[in-house]
Amino acid sequence: MKTLDGPDFWRSLEEYADTPEFAEQLGREFPQHASEWDAGVSRRRFLELSGASLALAGLTACVKQPREGLVPYVKQPEEIVPGRPLFFATAFTLGGYATGVLVESHTGRPTKVEGNPQHPASLGATDLFAQASILSLYDPDRSQTITKLGQIRTWPAFAEELQARVKTARAIGGEGFRLLTPTVTSPALAAKIRELLAILPKARWHQWEPAGRDLVRAGARLAFGQHVETRYDFSQADVIVSLDADPFTFGPGSLVYARAFARRRREAAIGAGTPPRYYAIETTPTSSGSLADHRISLKPSELHAVAAALAAAAAGGAVAGGAADTRFPWIAACAADLKAHAGRSLVIPGEHAPAEVHAIAHLLNDALSNFGATVILTDPVEAESVDQLASLAALVADMKAGGVDTLLVFGGNPAFDAPADLGFAEALQKVAFRARLGLYDDETSQYCQWHVNEAHELEAWSDARAFDGTVTILQPLIEPLYGGKSALEVLCAALGQPAAKGLDLLKAHWQRQHPEGFDAFFRKSLHDGFVAGSALPAKALKPKANVPAPGAAAGAGLEIIFRPDPGIFDGRFANNGWLQEVPKPLTKLTWDNAAHMSAATAKKLGVNNEDLVGITAGGATIAAPVWILPGQPDDVVTLHFGHGRTRAGRVGNGTDGKGTGVNAYRIRMTTGLWLASAAVQRTDGTHALATTQHHFNMEGRHLVRTGTFEEYRKDPEFARKVEEIPTISMYPGYTYDQHAWGLAVNLSSCTGCNACVVACQSENNIPTIGKDEVRRGREMHWIRIDRYYEGTPENPAVHNQPVMCMHCEQAPCEVVCPVAATTHSEEGINEMTYNRCIGTKYCSNNCPYKVRRFNFFDYNKDKHLPVLTLLANPNVTVRQKGVMEKCNYCIQRVNRARMDAEKENRRVRDGEVLTACQQVCPTEALVFGDINDPTSKVAKLRKEPLEYPLLAELNTRPRTTYLAKLTNPNTDLLGKE
Amino acid sequence: MSQIFNRSTNALARLSIWGAVFILGGVGWAASILNRSAYNTNQGVTVKQPVPFGHEHHVAGLGIDCRYCHSSVEKSASAGIPPTATCMNCHKLIWNDSPMLEPVRESFRTGRPLNWRKVYDLPDFVYFDHSIHVAKGVGCASCHGRIDKMRLTAQFPSLQMEWCLACHRNPEKFLRPKDKIFDLAWVAADQETLGRELAKENHLRSTVALTNCSTCHR
Repeated sequence: MKTLDGPDFWRSLEEYADTPEFAEQLGREFPQHASEWDAGVSRRRFLELSGASLALAGLTACVKQPREGLVPYVKQPEEIVPGRPLFFATAFTLGGYATGVLVESHTGRPTKVEGNPQHPASLGATDLFAQASILSLYDPDRSQTITKLGQIRTWPAFAEELQARVKTARAIGGEGFRLLTPTVTSPALAAKIRELLAILPKARWHQWEPAGRDLVRAGARLAFGQHVETRYDFSQADVIVSLDADPFTFGPGSLVYARAFARRRREAAIGAGTPPRYYAIETTPTSSGSLADHRISLKPSELHAVAAALAAAAAGGAVAGGAADTRFPWIAACAADLKAHAGRSLVIPGEHAPAEVHAIAHLLNDALSNFGATVILTDPVEAESVDQLASLAALVADMKAGGVDTLLVFGGNPAFDAPADLGFAEALQKVAFRARLGLYDDETSQYCQWHVNEAHELEAWSDARAFDGTVTILQPLIEPLYGGKSALEVLCAALGQPAAKGLDLLKAHWQRQHPEGFDAFFRKSLHDGFVAGSALPAKALKPKANVPAPGAAAGAGLEIIFRPDPGIFDGRFANNGWLQEVPKPLTKLTWDNAAHMSAATAKKLGVNNEDLVGITAGGATIAAPVWILPGQPDDVVTLHFGHGRTRAGRVGNGTDGKGTGVNAYRIRMTTGLWLASAAVQRTDGTHALATTQHHFNMEGRHLVRTGTFEEYRKDPEFARKVEEIPTISMYPGYTYDQHAWGLAVNLSSCTGCNACVVACQSENNIPTIGKDEVRRGREMHWIRIDRYYEGTPENPAVHNQPVMCMHCEQAPCEVVCPVAATTHSEEGINEMTYNRCIGTKYCSNNCPYKVRRFNFFDYNKDKHLPVLTLLANPNVTVRQKGVMEKCNYCIQRVNRARMDAEKENRRVRDGEVLTACQQVCPTEALVFGDINDPTSKVAKLRKEPLEYPLLAELNTRPRTTYLAKLTNPNTDLLGKE
Repeated sequence: MSQIFNRSTNALARLSIWGAVFILGGVGWAASILNRSAYNTNQGVTVKQPVPFGHEHHVAGLGIDCRYCHSSVEKSASAGIPPTATCMNCHKLIWNDSPMLEPVRESFRTGRPLNWRKVYDLPDFVYFDHSIHVAKGVGCASCHGRIDKMRLTAQFPSLQMEWCLACHRNPEKFLRPKDKIFDLAWVAADQETLGRELAKENHLRSTVALTNCSTCHR
């Protein structure tokens, strides 16, 4: 067991090295300058202002509130009861793949997205993107009209011109008529596209998704000769080997995979089943890697060879080129582990790993008899599975050659995110008629004559498939705010039905599939949020063993890895403040991207954090700030694409109009979409980054506790023995006759995916504050996910620890508030009463957990924009300047459940109150409930030997407690990674 | 150099120091009076509405139950303001040409809702819930007074926090049997005894719990 003392656990390299700057920062409640007034105010002016504010303080109370209106319905719709929300089942799609969601609606106003517990891709959870989609819906920067060359036009005018184009094209069989869409899984949309292609036989449909799955398709073609979809069953997997995958936080099905894995590990801790073992072989650190039992870091150019060697060791001579490799001594033990668990193991290739690695993974899974057990093969979920890069390249080539005279671009943003060497934007301008359907008047729309404002997913009728093929019918939650149109409606306009409505089109499509009992079928599918029995059946296929042997390792120069941004994805969410400001997993950066490299590489380049480096790849150069990332292999740079947008909107354009961060697409070429060799050298200048890494630091006490299953079996109470828990207190205790709410956080499960952070933001009306304010340490998130490293900076283990208000029994904040704005409730909740708070910040000063957040400015002033007033949760006060706030265990949900229970003369049932963070968590790491009820989940968790309170020595007796993290390392392998 | 102030000003200075106590006290007293006055609280104030709706006529005169119009009072935080369609259920047939009711007919015709003014206007940081009060035995009359005697609706209580707390601290003084909730004229023979019994029967939370900040503020 580790001693848990000192630098075994560290949050940053500064802390690891114990620099004087770090020691200075530790002592601060907020980072430097956080509590300073940034405007240059002289002493004299300050006195003037304070005198005036004293005089005005009394007067403000004299302002009479204007009398509000009461506007009832004319005819009240059935089911709507003002004051009680309704939930509608629909789906959120990312890259075409659907996650079922339930959207909360207050008298017709959607306010919050929740997972749909019955949907196979959600099981009640969502990712952070789905949570933040509600903000995109109300984004005031969305395009609001149809325009032609910048002039406002009407829908009939567009439809007329479009029909004329179709008519002309029809005369020549559709020659030169092209469609460009992102990945389409929607059956109705695909049917409509095929309908159009049927009357225009020579027209072509192209697809492009910048963070697409081309390599998955290519790998499947290599192994099976056709594209098959692979999905996994982590509940049956004892040994999992990831070949550069991020299975728990990225890609279709990740929510479900994360849940199954976390559940296995948790159940093993209480003696039910054996713990799974996860080997993460990674070329750049991922969130999933923080759950790994073994994390192996290697260069991307070595991945293929390692995969082949692993296959040779585990499956014999099935794979070409697989030979024992002395550079990787861990392979033998890993392969032996796989072999020993044939049929109960799983090899999962990363979405961005080379096609050969995918093919090897298929061969390995076949040799280990995993097909049908942990790996399920199905037909593609996509409506039309194509090599999207080839598809886009063909389109651009035709455009350049003048072979395209009509192009309809549906969604996406190809002028921004297409590979730079294609020259999409220039080629686009050679097209005679170019029309774009988009949510924003963005980089692509500026090159199109026609721009049609698109309806948001929460405004339009549509359908989509999930990772297992399950179809969801997407229903609108609100009439399009700006009269936007859906892709389905635009296609119908092209087919001569401009007045067709989404619902009718969708009904017509599904009526053809289900003619019998259609109305009942449609109503049930809509109500449940999925079409029953629409999952794709498993296929039995045998992979072919003709995988090319790995080539020679790459030569000199650095390797550069491209990945979508963990916050704003491929750039589509650039104008979403919640996603810009969420501290990214591992790096804790906000509002920016950076060139991530190892400390050794940075040293070699002579750079440090925030220094600019010039990265040259494919003939183009960009300057990006450096961010040193522990665990990153040497000579490898990771760049997240999506930043650097110039026509995203007021949030995404950045303060200088050049976009947030650096545009990595400028060096992303067709030959190196995911991996390229690049020249990197130091350039002049620095770029300030906003990281929350050291904010609200708890001075490195025994905060995160970990052990192995073996240690746990020997000494189940190991986590509790770290520090002494005082038993007596000078303060009198409380008695709780009724409920006593508590939260348990399981560190074995947390991937640090940030879904809880954004869910909390959405539920509790938490504002975003901007990059400058984050740099001052004023971020407002009620949950922060502390990321700890353990081990050496070369390849440390990563631990995530969500920290929110601890709701202490002996809360240090309560006793120092001069106005009793923070008090202890009858049920043990540490309440924060905003209307009482006068902003002394004493409470925050006295909080050892650093979980209180102060409104230094009126961050919510944007909420006064008419469209953003619709966004707020009506059950939570919108705070103003000068008020302290913090997690309150979603008191609005507790009150609602308690009142409902009392009306029925019963107690609140366990699981009736879900806090926003708990409800969204893919891994069920957070459990909330009544600790007075011995049968409740949380009460049972608090009795587990792994349970420990944070900073117990301070005798604050927190209500939020943690369960130590357990891993299951392979004893044959220790010390060989 | 001669003195600027005459000796007699000393007396004036002493008087003003002594008087300051009274002046400050007086200002405080005036502020508290002003704070509790109808000018500030709107207690007893009627509001000009698009239609001069009279509860006296509809409740006392016609005997319409509260829940006919305020239909969600037992289900939701909001008691519910009736949709125009509810008004028109009767006014299609009676007083269907009264000029006073023209806004109602116009709303029904055009689909544009009536825009009433709030009489009971709580601050936005107060989360009052009708349904739980009704379920626990607080009658309409406790907060809305004898609304059946009001020709035009006026705010009955001050709606200041001390008024809310008066009941949250001693709910037994106001509780009534479930079947008397909507009976505006009902008065208990022995409120103290009945109230204590009802508090037990309806599982009222403790006074401490009822006066937690989060009971109303969040």
